[in-house]
Amino acid sequence: MHGGRKGRPAELVGLAQILIALPHPSRTVQPPCSARGTACSHPSAPGPESESMKKNLLSLACAALLALSGLAHAERGYAVAPNAKHQQECSSCHVAYPPGLLPAASWSRIMGGLNKHFGVDASLDTASTQEIGAWLQAHAGTDRRAREEPPQDRISKSNWFVRQHDEVSTATWKRASIGSPSNCSACHAGAAKGDFNEHAVRIPK
Amino acid sequence: MSYLKFFVLAAPLALLSLGAQAQTTPAEQIAGYVAQSGQPAQAARGQEFFTSKHGKDWSCSTCHTAKPTVEGKHASTGKVIAPMAPAFNPQRFTDAAKTEKWFRRNCNDVVGRECTAGEKADLLSWLASLKS
Repeated sequence: MHGGRKGRPAELVGLAQILIALPHPSRTVQPPCSARGTACSHPSAPGPESESMKKNLLSLACAALLALSGLAHAERGYAVAPNAKHQQECSSCHVAYPPGLLPAASWSRIMGGLNKHFGVDASLDTASTQEIGAWLQAHAGTDRRAREEPPQDRISKSNWFVRQHDEVSTATWKRASIGSPSNCSACHAGAAKGDFNEHAVRIPK
Repeated sequence: MSYLKFFVLAAPLALLSLGAQAQTTPAEQIAGYVAQSGQPAQAARGQEFFTSKHGKDWSCSTCHTAKPTVEGKHASTGKVIAPMAPAFNPQRFTDAAKTEKWFRRNCNDVVGRECTAGEKADLLSWLASLKS
């Protein structure tokens, strides 16, 4: 099990990594000129170098902020360029769950057992199975929480899924308009496109 | 000249539509299954087959309703299923590979084996007979 560390969102970890990577004047240790294989030219005055260092720091900080907003966005969205076969075949019975919601090993087991797919025969011809399987492998979840292989390879049994939905009561799940936790699009209108932004959630009556 | 123009424009379109999907009709598929089984199709037997549970948990009508001129609902996912009767859904049974794919899956789920050509002929001829 890859237990997620609670209260340590991915963006914070990302920020820490970026900050560690930032060059700090006191940390910048240059190897000896001979090791660098370049001609030595130590600047006699520190002025221009510390100016350029400030500029570098500023642009790196901007880059860090951009990366940070990217990470925050990635946590909510699982959008990837769609695959027509995946969309067509999977969505004939349910939401074509975005590949990032399960790790590669889970997708591999699911595609290897389509003839017994959560209680029904969902078998496909060999070419379609291979195409969809390869696409799922290429886009499978790799972030901290999606590395977890949930029990029975059910997305809804993932620790992160249970945590994210802990405020939804059993009675709500059982509403005719929802049915079960597998019916993402009942509340997440953009589910099929990989959009699970919680600000867009509308729980039907 | 105009004939040539027509040919140049129409030929690629015709090829395109052939390539996208092998088009067929319910009647053609019934004829195919009848030829395979070597006996005539019986719509009444098809209806009986459709609504029976075959000693297991589900019948075809569990998801498709007992008279599939209307929408059905997937028993486990709740997904809406368009009507099966071609008179109420012209797209039904126009793609032979799709017909075979769903017969293979659903006969396995409902009956626990693949359906015979005779059973498929009966089922299709009953569905095609539903006009109102």
